[in-house]
Amino acid sequence: MSEHEYTPKSKVGKWFNDRLPLLTLANHLTDYPTPKNLNYWWTFGGILTFCLITQIVTGLVLAMHYIAHADMAFQSVEHIMRDVNYGWLIRYIHANGASMFFLAVYIHIFRSLFYGSYKSPREVIWIIGIIIYLLMMAAAFLGYVLPWGQMSFWGATVITNLFSAIPLVGEGIVTWLWGGYSVDNPTLTRFFTLHYLIPFLILGLVVLHIWALHVPGNNNPIGIDIKKPSKDTVPFHPYIVIKDGFALLMFMIVFAFFVFYTPNILGHADNYIEANPLVTPAHIVPEWYLLPFYAILRSVPDKLLGVIAMLSAILILAALPWLDTSKIRSAVFRPLYKQFYWILVADVLILGYVGAMPAEGLYLLVARIATAYYFLHFLVVLPVLGFKERTTPVPLSITEPILGGSPNLAAVKKRDSFKDQ
Amino acid sequence: MINFFRISFLLVIFLGFQFSSNADEKIEYLKTDWSFKGMFGKFDRAALQRGYQVYQEVCSSCHSMKYLSYRNLAEEGGPEFSVEQAKAIAASFEVKDGPNADGEMFMRPGRLSDKFVMPYENEKAAQAANGGAYPPDMSVLVKARGGGVDYIYSLLQGYEDPPAGITLDDGVYYNKYMYGNKIKMSNQLSDGLVEYSDGTNASVEQMSKDVTTFLMWTAEPHLETRHKMGFKAIIYLTILTVLVYFSMKRIWSRIETKV
Repeated sequence: MSEHEYTPKSKVGKWFNDRLPLLTLANHLTDYPTPKNLNYWWTFGGILTFCLITQIVTGLVLAMHYIAHADMAFQSVEHIMRDVNYGWLIRYIHANGASMFFLAVYIHIFRSLFYGSYKSPREVIWIIGIIIYLLMMAAAFLGYVLPWGQMSFWGATVITNLFSAIPLVGEGIVTWLWGGYSVDNPTLTRFFTLHYLIPFLILGLVVLHIWALHVPGNNNPIGIDIKKPSKDTVPFHPYIVIKDGFALLMFMIVFAFFVFYTPNILGHADNYIEANPLVTPAHIVPEWYLLPFYAILRSVPDKLLGVIAMLSAILILAALPWLDTSKIRSAVFRPLYKQFYWILVADVLILGYVGAMPAEGLYLLVARIATAYYFLHFLVVLPVLGFKERTTPVPLSITEPILGGSPNLAAVKKRDSFKDQ
Repeated sequence: MINFFRISFLLVIFLGFQFSSNADEKIEYLKTDWSFKGMFGKFDRAALQRGYQVYQEVCSSCHSMKYLSYRNLAEEGGPEFSVEQAKAIAASFEVKDGPNADGEMFMRPGRLSDKFVMPYENEKAAQAANGGAYPPDMSVLVKARGGGVDYIYSLLQGYEDPPAGITLDDGVYYNKYMYGNKIKMSNQLSDGLVEYSDGTNASVEQMSKDVTTFLMWTAEPHLETRHKMGFKAIIYLTILTVLVYFSMKRIWSRIETKV
């Protein structure tokens, strides 16, 4: 929060601001002191906001033409693609937008993991983020069902059937979710309703996410607490606004390339076949962004335990601020953590790869090892590392990042020796 | 800037990884030079018109095309028949309409606004006429098959005698590009099967290419607009990105930190 109280210059502004301090908010947002050493990995927050808005706007337009009925959904999507003015553009932006959204959110999450942005005092920001991520997955899954293609139908069948693993009430819950005895029209209409609802829940949570961020302020690449405002910070506007804008434009070029030149490459061909309850596709695969969790689900032989493993894989992230015992935030000063971090990245990519492959033979074995390692990383490596790791010296401020050149060398050394004890 | 190269590099690696994992089929399809591929890809009008002729004379007796209307044949970016030609094509079909004032259904010549006439009354009738197999609707067929145009193009030319040891039931044929190699559609194309009005030699290869081009258009009727608009959008974004980059440099030059 800015140090000084803000008063609007004009009389009208002052009158209004006394009653609803919107101008104070605007002033806070423009002046918001931001660490000046943020790198481009920090631009994905803005990019994600853009993704959310894009999905909501294109989604609203699509909903004006889409018909949520088992007999007409597929046809109405083709109507959008053929006869609605620029309907193909809107739909391709929306469909590829989902992938771009996840691409950005994964970069955002892994940035947080690298620089320890989830640590005190930013736990609440992190947990809200995890809830947003969960809702994103729900929205993406529900949205994928709406075109009512073969993958929509069978994906919905597989995922809703996961609930049947719950002892005693499982079957009842599945029937209740379906609104019948199989995935059918009632399932489609409720999925449409929920798909429409969730983005607005996400929007609300994004506001909380940013609000919670503005209390302690941004973390930064060297992960130290900084004084705000100070020589280490710049006002959000214009410095960060223009930088985020530049990064967003780069992102939009990649986005445009997908939309205009390979709009279907991230989707599955089977979803251009209308849903048919009598024909099961050869391989039922979720969208790429859910593959790592799909791999975890299938790597456990027992259905209930598989579902539990999959859910824990996501929920364990919420406990991360307490699982990571290291006081140092940034991986820059944690030589061992840095290596484990890249192993985790590779592990998740491997899970994604085997998630797309049939669950048999070598693929299954790899999936099991990767799943085990995933949990090992969070439950064993991180807690132990905090105690065992010998971290490298952390600078005292951003403007004095090179230790040798720091006039406060003595202070740094004192703090380091203090930590070693 | 270096960071950006790193980001884009990772992006490419990651997405490349993703595509390769989706490519589960390892069969080498026949390749040909599709005019609609690439950033500036456009349909070959003559090929689309010939392709329509092949569809009409060969495929349409079994395969429906339910999302297309006759008016589409005259629209920009498609085969671009003249409106008169499209009207004549539509009028050559009998369309069921009604009920009229007496409550009777009646037949009338097709109009531009009509959907392509279906070869069968319903799916069951189609199955009954084709040994239990339903000939899939062709409107989005190219997008509904993993190999896309290359797959369809290859399949049409992929009929062979079955290798020793494989016995085929009655009404089942061997095709080396079909998933599982067994297909219920017999070989439909033979040299000179249709007589192209533009004098092109109707070889099996030529007909396969033409009809596949036509199917690409039916699946993606706005492909040309998309390619054109994409080029403009990317040029626009690139220029804007460069301008914003220099503005950013200028703004950040007020403080010592590099951006």
